[in-house]
Amino acid sequence: MTEAQLKVSNIETYYGPIMAIRGVSFEVPKGDIVTILGANGAGKTTVLKTVSGVMDPQKGSVTFEGREIQRMDPDKVMRLGMSHVPEGREVFPFLSVRENLRMGAYTRRDPDGVAKDLETVFGYFPVLKERADQRAGSLSGGEQQMLAISRALMANPRMMLLDEPSLGLSPKLVKEIFDIIVRINKERGVTILLVEQNANMALQVADYGYVLEVGRIVMADTCERLLQKEDIKEFYLGIKEEGARGQRRWKKRKTWR
Amino acid sequence: MLLNGVAVGCIYGLVALGFVLIYKATELVNFAQGDLLMLGAFVAYMAIAWWGWDYWLGFGLAVVVVALFGALLDRSVLRKVIGQPQFAVVMLTIGLGAMFRTFASVTWGSEIYTLTTPFDGKTVIAGATFSDQYLSIVVGTILLCGTLYAFFNYTRIGVAMQATSQNQLAAYYMGIPVKLIFSFIWAISAATAAVAGILLAPVTLIDINMGLAVALKAFAAAVLGGFGSIPGALVGGIVIGLIELFAGRFLPDGFKDAAPYVVLLLMLAVRPQGLFGSLGRKKV
Ligand SMILES: Nc1ncnc2c1ncn2[C@@H]1O[C@H](COP(=O)(O)OP(=O)(O)O)[C@@H](O)[C@H]1O
Ligand SMILES: [Mg+2]
Repeated sequence: MTEAQLKVSNIETYYGPIMAIRGVSFEVPKGDIVTILGANGAGKTTVLKTVSGVMDPQKGSVTFEGREIQRMDPDKVMRLGMSHVPEGREVFPFLSVRENLRMGAYTRRDPDGVAKDLETVFGYFPVLKERADQRAGSLSGGEQQMLAISRALMANPRMMLLDEPSLGLSPKLVKEIFDIIVRINKERGVTILLVEQNANMALQVADYGYVLEVGRIVMADTCERLLQKEDIKEFYLGIKEEGARGQRRWKKRKTWR
Repeated sequence: MLLNGVAVGCIYGLVALGFVLIYKATELVNFAQGDLLMLGAFVAYMAIAWWGWDYWLGFGLAVVVVALFGALLDRSVLRKVIGQPQFAVVMLTIGLGAMFRTFASVTWGSEIYTLTTPFDGKTVIAGATFSDQYLSIVVGTILLCGTLYAFFNYTRIGVAMQATSQNQLAAYYMGIPVKLIFSFIWAISAATAAVAGILLAPVTLIDINMGLAVALKAFAAAVLGGFGSIPGALVGGIVIGLIELFAGRFLPDGFKDAAPYVVLLLMLAVRPQGLFGSLGRKKV
């Protein structure tokens, strides 16, 4: 196997004295979609923030395309070709949709490429074109999520980090957004690290998955196999098989550690 | 007559604009804003009166010097205190202001100076006579605000400054050099104060305390406009300028300086978010 595009080794990240990430390691191969699943508070956002440089790990390393980036500022990391779509969209509320997209391309010096990519994202999300001159703050949650993804794409990244793109959206919108995520991956060859609570959707689109629990990776496998696992079915997909209750559930949890 | 009030109000507006720009971007209030105004006036005076420079050259030099000084302040001092309690930062900027006044009195002396400008005549517009001094303030303010408006809306770095003020974290994610942008915003605020100081110089004369009273009223103007709104700061400045003018004219002595604050208090009681402010708090 060739060296992964992103390699995270044994990172430990703290909020003051609180250890939120307790020695997490994972890899993202070039061109793949990798997902990290976890319940609320598991540490998914913290992992992404550590990767993109918003937070520095106390220990461990983050290697992107052969370069160690764990001490870099986020604007530097982004210039290396990694775009972060943060949890909660974080659009610039008083700028227009178009200006938001232009800010996504802030680091680029190829106006023709930027114009072309603007058309591409308008093609992915036609509603953004309709609302191009509206303030981003006036968009619905789903539209803001589309804008956040498009804005990250405008940087023409080689890797995208997506933090719970399905959060707070209707199933139909989630489906639409995930379809585009797959297209971005297939058509543009962008590697994707996707963090989700919505395990069902994430496991369907991703190649490989990790399960994060209270700051630790407790399971790692191909998504095909993860979808078959009893624990995943029960705790993340909400499918309960008859008899798999009570004591057994408790025992199952134990097997992850 | 009315023009005088508007002109003085423009000065308050420009200084208030400096408060608001820095506050929106970095969430700190720079109480040394008035002293940057004073420095601008002194540098221009030094270049024009002592070195015999052309007025406009001296003007340009003062604006550039004070702008660079503003950026340097951000880099060397204020960057270090981001995240400290507001109170500490307020004390720091007040202290900086006092240092600037000391510096000015050591460098230029504590006399009162008169800056000769090309604006000592009168202009007749539509039958009314206006003093060029006051007219130059209004025209200068309009030009400066127009330039800033175009800069913030039509240049890449200008829009990036807005973006950084609206959502600093997202700006980082876009690869916007946030720290550089902060220094740039400080430079613009300082330059705005310097322009205000030079325009004001022929009216109030130049001395080391000229910024103090202006800064207090400009602060009131910024609050009146809903601290955080740029048009609000300018309108707030002009409103305060006019209130002062009318109070000085129609009310007994002493009311002139108090009237703006009385109006400010009334305003805050009725509409606490200010003229142009919104109650929604911005996200950090
Ligand atoms: N700003 C913060 N200060 C202190 N603790 C935090 C902060 N943000 C998150 N945490 C804690 O870190 C842990 C992981 O949080 P987070 O990464 O946001 O989880 P997730 O994204 O999986 O919901 C949680 O226990 C949370 O309480
Ligand atoms: Mg999260």
